[in-house]
Amino acid sequence: MSGTTTAEVEKPRVRTDAGREPHPRPGRIRRIGLPYLLLLPALALELLVHLVPMVIGIVMSFKELTQFYIRDWGTAPWSGLDNYRMSVDFDAPVGEAMLHSFFVTVGFTLLSVGLCWLIGTAAAIFMQDTFRGRGLLRALFLVPYALPVYAAVITWVFMFQHDNGLVNHVLHDQLHLTDERSFWLIGDNSFYALLTVSVWKGWPFAFLIVMAGLQNIPGELYEAAALDGAGMWQRIRRITLPSLGPVNQVLVLVLFLWTFNDFNTPFVLFGRAAPEAADLISVHIYQASFVTWNFGTGSAMSVLLLVFLLAVTGVYLAVTSRGRRASHAQ
Amino acid sequence: MRTIRAAATGAVVMSLALAATGCGGGSSTDGGGSDDSPKTLTYWASNQGASIEADKKVLQPELDKFEKRTGIKVKLEVVPWSDLLNRILTAATSGQGPDVLNIGNTWSASLQATGALLPWSDAEFTKIGGKDRFVASALGSTGAQGKDPAAVPLYSMAYALYYNKQIFADAGITHPPATWAELVADGKKIQAKGKQVLGAEGANVSENIHHAFVFAKQHGADFFTADGKPDFTSDGAVSAVKQYVDLMAKDKAIPQGNAEYAQNQSVSDFAKGRTAMLLWQSASANLKSQGMSEDKYGIAPVPVQSGAPGAGAQVNSMVAGINLAVFKNTDNLGGASEFVKFMTGDEEQKILNTAYSTIPPVASAQSDAAFNSPANAVLKDTLAKSAAALPQVADESQFETVVGTAVKELFADAAAGRPVTTDSVKAELAKAQQQMPAK
Repeated sequence: MSGTTTAEVEKPRVRTDAGREPHPRPGRIRRIGLPYLLLLPALALELLVHLVPMVIGIVMSFKELTQFYIRDWGTAPWSGLDNYRMSVDFDAPVGEAMLHSFFVTVGFTLLSVGLCWLIGTAAAIFMQDTFRGRGLLRALFLVPYALPVYAAVITWVFMFQHDNGLVNHVLHDQLHLTDERSFWLIGDNSFYALLTVSVWKGWPFAFLIVMAGLQNIPGELYEAAALDGAGMWQRIRRITLPSLGPVNQVLVLVLFLWTFNDFNTPFVLFGRAAPEAADLISVHIYQASFVTWNFGTGSAMSVLLLVFLLAVTGVYLAVTSRGRRASHAQ
Repeated sequence: MRTIRAAATGAVVMSLALAATGCGGGSSTDGGGSDDSPKTLTYWASNQGASIEADKKVLQPELDKFEKRTGIKVKLEVVPWSDLLNRILTAATSGQGPDVLNIGNTWSASLQATGALLPWSDAEFTKIGGKDRFVASALGSTGAQGKDPAAVPLYSMAYALYYNKQIFADAGITHPPATWAELVADGKKIQAKGKQVLGAEGANVSENIHHAFVFAKQHGADFFTADGKPDFTSDGAVSAVKQYVDLMAKDKAIPQGNAEYAQNQSVSDFAKGRTAMLLWQSASANLKSQGMSEDKYGIAPVPVQSGAPGAGAQVNSMVAGINLAVFKNTDNLGGASEFVKFMTGDEEQKILNTAYSTIPPVASAQSDAAFNSPANAVLKDTLAKSAAALPQVADESQFETVVGTAVKELFADAAAGRPVTTDSVKAELAKAQQQMPAK
């Protein structure tokens, strides 16, 4: 009896083995090929939307592409490295303006990202404790992030107006902090106007991400620290910030890239001709391409910017991941 | 796996090849349109009225009339000024554009250089009734000299001095200023009564260039040499720009707040009676829409340095206006020509120019009684005797931007109380000149 049973039990296994032996390939292909098949639409779109235009842009940067050739830009004469030379010749006007714009952008980005991170983190830590109205406040904090950029920035334009803007009304008429009404949309102050709007727009994102990161820190750590008599500052410094490391790493990188490349904010604030003090590189390249119709130079500047951002990102990731590995090793 | 890799490689190679050969888009350059779809036309109209909707109300009945007469349906899109140039550039690059479009007449030579617009040979002009239907000043702003025009004049405008009669009366001023010195002197009387003197759009690049151009003419200077090279730093050009910015920096006639105006706030200020004077092109319709009736303001020629407006150094306006162009890639050549003929015909010229308070560039329509109001008399007179076309060179649109931006920066200096000197003006203009495309 038992013998027959084993035979019966074994039978199907034999059969399946036998069934699988002669045709091992289709299943393997399906197993290996399926992920690629699923990736194919995304790959095709990535190629179409990102890579092809990028390659075209790189090709353009080696051409003398002015209004005389835009109708059939394939016929534009090759100009070799001329566009690049012009962009980085810092003694000549185009290169000098590009360098100025680059420094303005770097300063602006560092300040904006730093402030966004600081305010976002502070707000997230403050919102950790439950209190009445926390949900409402949290929703309010996210408003700038949820608003359409154009509508929000146009509102700021009205507020920054010299004669009847809210900013001057508060600073000058009510608080008497300035001797006379300041200009915010032209001249040197435009940098601060731009920074204000950028931080206002950016910090809720930092707040959101840090808030999510805080959820992952076990409460026991804080309890243990409290038992050891750690104060609030010590808890933040020794538990919260180190635990947020990986989250901050991504957050700062994303904020940096967004801010450095931000076109909408300066364009809506200042229009086609940004004041020198707030001449961000994105608008600068736009001007070189679409305002002075020198698309070759604009493309060359874009390529240089891409190389710079890739280099910064690469170094940043190398440094931060090394730091992470070191802390894991400990 | 291997197949996928091969396919991916193939795709990349293909895209590279496409990019390298320049077939990635754009149009064929066999230069011509066709008559493949004779029953439809697409028309991009520039925003002339108080709003896009207002323009549609003006234009749609006329387009319906055209359809009734010819059987050709015209699809209308009204494009805001801020987008128009970029839209045209995009259309030129991709070959996908309208059949007929409006262009700012000062861009004629720049857009002509792209080769995207159909040249108007004498044969083409004959189809729409001949070149001599148009007044000379308007034809002078249709493209580079010695080439067939890239467009046909549709509406003409000129700058004039609009002044608030009540404010003038209160300040004891009996007639509008004819020279800049008079304007500054009148300004002192107006300020004594607590009103602002002269409105301006200090951050509006196009407005800045229009005024800088006129002042340069009055100083005997041109921004381009005879062979078309930029020449922004001549003594005349520097004094011209300085005189304009000094209306704010030294004479205090233009309020400092105007340095950041770029959205026609100066027109609102004037309509609301805050400012006594405004230099503007064909402002009547605009002022009316903002609630200022025609009896409240007077209209006079733009001041000159001395004497009366005229040619040469007595020029007091640019030849402003809108041209009608046919896109080279049109697939309805015959219909486009028919449409231009319709729009530049006497009947439509009267209807459209009345609606927009502009002057018809067509001589027979211009002499119509409808355009004999005092306001129009000043504009017509200016166009006929003392207006000059902006440089008809391929780099014109770049020139507008770089010099207009330089003036904007100088206004920002003046507003911040920083000194505006001959040196600082020259430095800004030198920087502007260096940004021009190398020849």
